[in-house]
Order: sequence, then structure tokens, then C-alpha cells
Amino acid sequence: MDVGDDIVREFLVESHENLDQLDREFVALEENPHQPERLAAVFRTIHTIKGTSGFLGLHKLESLTHVAENLLSKLRDGEIVLTPDITSALLAVVDAVRDMLGHIEQTGAEGSNAYESLADRLTALRDGALAEAAAPDDAPPGQDPKEAAAPPAPPAPVEDKAPPPPKAPAAEAGHVPASVDASPTPAPPPKTTAKPGPVSSAPVADSYVRVDVGLLDRLMNLVGELVLARNQVLRIGSTVEDQAFQSTSQRLNHITSELQESVMKTRMQPVRNVWDKLPRVVRDLSVQVGKQVRVEMVGRETEIDRAILEAIKDPLTHIVRNAVDHGLESPDDRAKAGKGRTGNLRLRAFHEGGQVNIEIADDGRGLNVDAIRQKAIDRGVMSAERAARASDRELIQLVFQPAFSTAQQVTQISGRGVGMDVVKTNIEKIGGTVDLTSTRGKGTTVKIKIPLTLAIVPALIVTSGDQRFAIPQVSLLELVRLKDENARSAIEDVHGAPVFRLRGNLLPLVFLDQALGLPPPDREEDHALNIVVLQADDWQFGLVVDEVRDTEEIVVKPLGSVLGDLEVFAGATIMGDGKVALILDVLGIAARAGAHEHNEAAGDARGELVDMSAGSSQGERQNLLLFSLGANRRMAVPLHLVARLEEFAPRHVEQVGDRQVVQYRDDILPLYDLGKVLGGPAASTEGPVHALVYTQDGHSIALTVSEIIDVVDTVVNLKPPLSKHGVLGAAVIDGQVTEMLDLHGVVAECNPDFATGRAA
Amino acid sequence: MSAPVQDSTVLQICTFHLGDQAFGVNVTHVQELVRAQEMTPVPLAAEAVRGLINLRGQIVTAIDMRCRLGMPPRADGQPPMNVVINNGNGAVTLLVDEIGDVVDVVDVDAEAPPETMAVGRDLIERVYKLDGQLLFLLNTDRAVQVSSRPSPERN
Repeated sequence: MDVGDDIVREFLVESHENLDQLDREFVALEENPHQPERLAAVFRTIHTIKGTSGFLGLHKLESLTHVAENLLSKLRDGEIVLTPDITSALLAVVDAVRDMLGHIEQTGAEGSNAYESLADRLTALRDGALAEAAAPDDAPPGQDPKEAAAPPAPPAPVEDKAPPPPKAPAAEAGHVPASVDASPTPAPPPKTTAKPGPVSSAPVADSYVRVDVGLLDRLMNLVGELVLARNQVLRIGSTVEDQAFQSTSQRLNHITSELQESVMKTRMQPVRNVWDKLPRVVRDLSVQVGKQVRVEMVGRETEIDRAILEAIKDPLTHIVRNAVDHGLESPDDRAKAGKGRTGNLRLRAFHEGGQVNIEIADDGRGLNVDAIRQKAIDRGVMSAERAARASDRELIQLVFQPAFSTAQQVTQISGRGVGMDVVKTNIEKIGGTVDLTSTRGKGTTVKIKIPLTLAIVPALIVTSGDQRFAIPQVSLLELVRLKDENARSAIEDVHGAPVFRLRGNLLPLVFLDQALGLPPPDREEDHALNIVVLQADDWQFGLVVDEVRDTEEIVVKPLGSVLGDLEVFAGATIMGDGKVALILDVLGIAARAGAHEHNEAAGDARGELVDMSAGSSQGERQNLLLFSLGANRRMAVPLHLVARLEEFAPRHVEQVGDRQVVQYRDDILPLYDLGKVLGGPAASTEGPVHALVYTQDGHSIALTVSEIIDVVDTVVNLKPPLSKHGVLGAAVIDGQVTEMLDLHGVVAECNPDFATGRAA
Repeated sequence: MSAPVQDSTVLQICTFHLGDQAFGVNVTHVQELVRAQEMTPVPLAAEAVRGLINLRGQIVTAIDMRCRLGMPPRADGQPPMNVVINNGNGAVTLLVDEIGDVVDVVDVDAEAPPETMAVGRDLIERVYKLDGQLLFLLNTDRAVQVSSRPSPERN
């Protein structure tokens, strides 16, 4: 069989659409089996597939759909009533048909799978259920005159075969049908489907045309070209005096914008194209795990570019599976918690600020923050002390980390710890964000924000080293421009890493020319400093560029395979003057600059940093001891970690071997010079020795510093450390850059016994 | 990609020059020939990548064949010509000194490139002995395959 054959292709396209519809219909029918029109529609759909496959000589397909049709005709005529078993079997038929269609598409043949057992099951259900249905109670009330004509019920033996009638659905725990409500109102038939829908059979087909997706993509590309040519014409127009040319180019401008919008609309698809598959997923899964789930969908018609829709399909399915498997409780647990036995899963989509928002909310048990906290400690992601202080929100964000699953049980469906991090990665790949909020006992909501389209994006044009670069605006937070005096003093250096103080927070700086290996400009001449503040993942940094130009709508074009491995560029675009400009990949730049990697590496190594970056936006009020090491190094340590502050006269310091000690309260207190421990010059100066005394399990050590400055109570926004050793991070405290001492780390280094709690 | 050359099959080669040497590519791989275009350099890309050009809305990577074949750089003020190759994975343009004729060659005139060729031997598929000149037939797939410049982070 030739797949290229138009008739076959038409059949495949149509059947796929019909099958999707069948999924929905069955699930809706299970909710309320007494819907004769719906059953009739299902029957017609299967009948059509059967008819066409017979015509095309697809015999396997024909025979399976024939058996299904037999069963359906009994259902339609009200001779038997839909039970979960029948629904499962019919859904299995849908899957089998899909499978065969897939084979036909790929190979032209129906494939080698045998479906005899399925056919037998259908036949058994038909005969068996037929017997069941004879009980007068189960017949659909006032439904069909043929009921009277139904053959008398054969006696009991059939009952083992037949499933219990649906009158008592909750009778068997673990085998409860999911009640899934696909939408608050009955779904209208998809616009593109010519087959009559369940509710109405209005001839919608006449006003729609099937268009090849490839053609749409090509149209989009051409419009992209047109946008560029338009930009070029407008630029020339600005230098020409000709009145006629001016007005013509203005008209071209308007027409192009409208055309661009219209063509973009043709690529838009309602989110229901993806959502409609979900009730079936939920239904299968909830039967499997013995839960009752009602799915509610709001905003099914919200439109998204088809490329993006395709990209969110898997993440969305994953989130929904997660919600059913982990989020929602079993009916008994729900009842115990005072909720309805049926769990609710609510999907909501809406447009906001040029973006599409999708929310997936369940009213299940919510995330167990304490379990996450414990897990964070077990996994070494946070120290126990740090975890105790971490806010719920901070902890919840941890589920987006790789291999971080709190599921107590690994089930077939989820809980293997690969999940939410992949969801996050995939959503971010298309320029979206994902956020999760949860209230214990009340439920969990996942919020996804995605751009409307990928092909044409607004971008900021900047220059560096005489080259233009485009930065997608989704990553852009703000622009900072400093002149003259301000520019010179703005950049502070913290152990080799340039930082800028942005409203009291330390913003690491990346110089674009350095990151790209471009010749540095003559900064002496130009006093202005342009900082583009960017968001890369959950991390902010300032990109220093020579000039900030304009914002422009750019058409993103991929770089050829030759340049595909350059992580710093997301693509290229053609500017209004016809020249090519590269599009910066903000994450790539961050990684290239090393700052991001450094942040992560340090985080892995010490654990404390993870929450540092996560918590950097809110900050915490702390009581800090400020001290200095030499003239240039200001440090801080949480006051509660320090047992005492002491001052010794230099003559009391004794040398024992290579160590310094002082006699102190009838004990011997070892002294360590903190400056030296941190790999710098000695902190001690002339005059009295200032020391921080650290005590653990009755044993103490003292760290000497140059000067004790102050104790302050302040909100600290810690930034990733700028030097590596013994430092947790840096922050601006009292207007000065101050490093946060990793006291536990330093003490453990001085005396390893402290680390293990065996203080000698 | 380049069609296997059969004995006495006539092959059409689009020729070009680098210095005083003649090179060529299978004419079926050539999309078009264009004169020098304005180029946007690509930082951090391989040395042979001279930049990106805008070919009527198509963004095309330009690869300097002199660099690729280990020859000295083109003299300043001598604009390169573009041989735009399209072998299925998007277009790439080869920057050359001058464009020559399309010549018909037969395989009996061909030999494998000499073992002693120091640079670029892997790019040369065949050497054709034409009257008074040797013509090097490039393997277009390999000619456009440039490894990224090794960056300190990567190695």
C-alpha cells in the first residue's frame, strides 16, 4: 500500500482526529453512561473507520473495529450498560487502532500485532454484559424500546465473567472508576473535524480548509523575510525626502505588521489540542492507582504557537501524572481529611502580558515541606541548621533540582527523581518559566509561563567591540547607565571578581567583550558604563556592553550546523540595514563567564550556597558580628555562632611547637590566625590580640582577627562568594562589601576533630 | 555526499583558485556564486569561520578556504568570492580568491592526493591532471566541517 496515496493519507489524518475524539467521548460517557447521542456518535466514528479500512483492504483493522462495533451497537441500543470494564476494553480498541494506523503510516502495512485476545474480550463483554443488562434496574430509564426485546437473562454462571453493574461503583476499593469531567460544558466538535460531533452536526467543515503544517512554516519564514525587508525600507525611507515614497513605505509598514499578525495566528492552536489527551491519561492512571479524579479545564481555547504547544506537551503530561499519582490522596484518605472522595484537578490557561499562563492545580495533600527539608539534609543540599531556617518557599523550589523526589514509594508512574527538573529544563528551553506553590493539606499548583511564539521575538540591540548583538527581552530585567564619576567608582572588585552595587545588592558583572574574546574598547574615552541586568535561571548578573541601542522585533534564525556548538549564541538575525547580528544566549554567556558554574560548583561542594542563591531575593534579618582582616578585608559572622569575644595581651600568647596557645580559664586555648587560615596575610597586628572564641562540646578554639568592628542587626542578601576559601558569600553591610565567614568550615579545617564532633 | 566517480563518467566541476592553485567542487553541490559580501564575525568560532553573510535573507556561514587548507591569508584589499555550497544541511559559503570555469573531467585523469601533502589532504578527494595544471577536487562535506576553536573551558 502506498502511503503517499491521497486517500490513505486522508484516512489517516481523519482517523487520528476521530480517535482523539473517542478518547474524550469514552471518558465523558463513563461519567454519565446514559447519553444516547454520545454513544451514537462513538458508534458512527468506529463504523466509519471500519468502513474505510474495509474499502482500503486493511482487514485486521476492519475485523477489530467490527467486533468493537458489535459491542457498541448493543450499548447504543441500550441492551447493555457501559461499565468500567467495557470502557477499558473500548479504550484498548482505540489504542490498537492507533497502533495500526501508526504502522500504516510508517510501513504501509497494519503491523504484525495480533489483537485476537482483545477481540475475544470484546465479544465476551458483549455476551456477558448482555446477560447483566437484563436486570431491569440497570436499564437506562426510558431509554430504548428494544429493552423489552432483549433476550431473557441466562442464569447465574455468566456472572463471574461479567463485571458488576455500575450501580455501585465504589463497592470495590481499588477498582473505582475515575469520574472525569472533560469540560464544564459539553465539548463542541473540533473545528477541523468533518465527522458529526456528539451534540451537533452543523456543517462546520465548509468554512475550514486543511492546510499542510509545512506550508504554514514556510509562510511564517516568508513573513519573517518581509519584516526584515520592511525594516530596511523604513530605514531608507527615513533618509529620503520623497513624500510619495514616505506614504508608501508607511503603508507597507502597516500591511506587513498586519500580515505578520495574521500569519502568526494561523500557527496558533488552542491549548485544548494538548489538553484533550489529558482526561484519558488521568482516567487510566486513576484507575491504576485507585483514585477518583475530576478534571476541570478553563480556557481550553487559549491559543499558543504550535511549536510551543508541541514543546509543552510532555512537561504538561508529566505534571498531571504527578498530580494524580502523588498530589491527590486516595478516596479514603480524602474522606479522613474531610474532603470529598473525588479529587479535583484544575487546568487553567490564559493570556497575560504577551505570555501564556498555564496553571495545573490539585486539591490534594500538598508538598510535605518537612520531608523535603529532611531530604535536603540527607542529600547534603543544605546543612541541618540552614535547612531549619529555610523558608517553605525556598524548600519547595528544591523539587526542581535533579534527582530530588519526595515520593515515599517509587511507583511505575513517578517518583524516580527524574521529573520536575526535566520539566523545568524543557520549559526554560522555550523561554518559559515554571513555578510551584503548595499548601500542606490544601494542594499544589504549578504555574507555567510561556511566550506566545518563538519565531519573532522582541530583543534589545547592544554593541560591544564594534559588533551588534541582540538580547532576547525575556531575559532582560533592567538597564543601568552610569556616567563620569559614577561609572569610575561603580565597579568594585571583590577578590578578582567585578561586582556592582544595585540598590544594595551585589550584582556580579560580566564584560561582554571579555566573555566573547573581543578587543577591549577604549574605556578611558567613554566614561559611560552600560550594564544590562539579565536573569539567567534563578541567577542575576550584569552584562557590561559598550552601547545600548534600541529594541527591535527580530526574526530568530538558527546558526548553521558549523556553529551549532557555540553555546553563547542562540541564533542570528538580519537587522534593518541587511547585516547579520548574533543573538546572545543568556544562559550560555553566564556559563561561559564561569560565574554560573562557579556558583553551582561551590553549591555542590558546600551545600550552603544553594539556598543562598534561592534566598537572595528575600534576604533575612540576622545579628552579625563585623570584623576585619587587615585593612581591606571586611568580614561578618552570625553572632550566635561565636561563643565569646576575647582580647589577649601579646605576651600571654605562647608558642607550643608550631602552634600558638593562650592559657585561658584554667585551660589551654589554641589560637589560629584567621587571615592565614583563609590564605591571606596574617591578621594579627601590634597591640592586643582580638579573637573570636568558638566552642563545641566543651572545647574551644580561638580565631584571631585584626579588629572587631561592630555588631549589626541587618537584612543580608548574600551573593555567591567571590573568593573561594572559607567564605559563604558576600553582601553589602553598612555600605561596604562584606564577606560572610564560613565559620564551621574554617573551624573544621583548623581542627578536624570539631567537624566530626570528637573535639579533643 | 559527492557522487562516487566512475571510470570514464564525466563529472562537472566548478573550479576556483586560491593563489595559483586550482580547486573544485562537484557542481551539483553548488547553490550559487556571489561576489564579496559584508560579513558579521562570530566570536569564539573556529578560526576558519570568517563570519556570517546575509544571502537574501538566508544566514550563511562563511569559511575561508585558505585557512582551511593551511595557506597564507589573502592579501588585504583582495575581496574574496563566495562559492555557496548546499549539501542538504543548510548553506555554507566557501571564501575563495577567484572563480574559474566549470570543467568536465573524466576519472581516468584522476589520482588520489599525494601522500606527502602536508595540510588539507583529508579535504581533497581526487587530483585531476588537466592540461598544464592540477585540479584538486574538494570533498564538500569535509571542507565545511570545522571544529570549534578549542576554548580553555572545554579542554
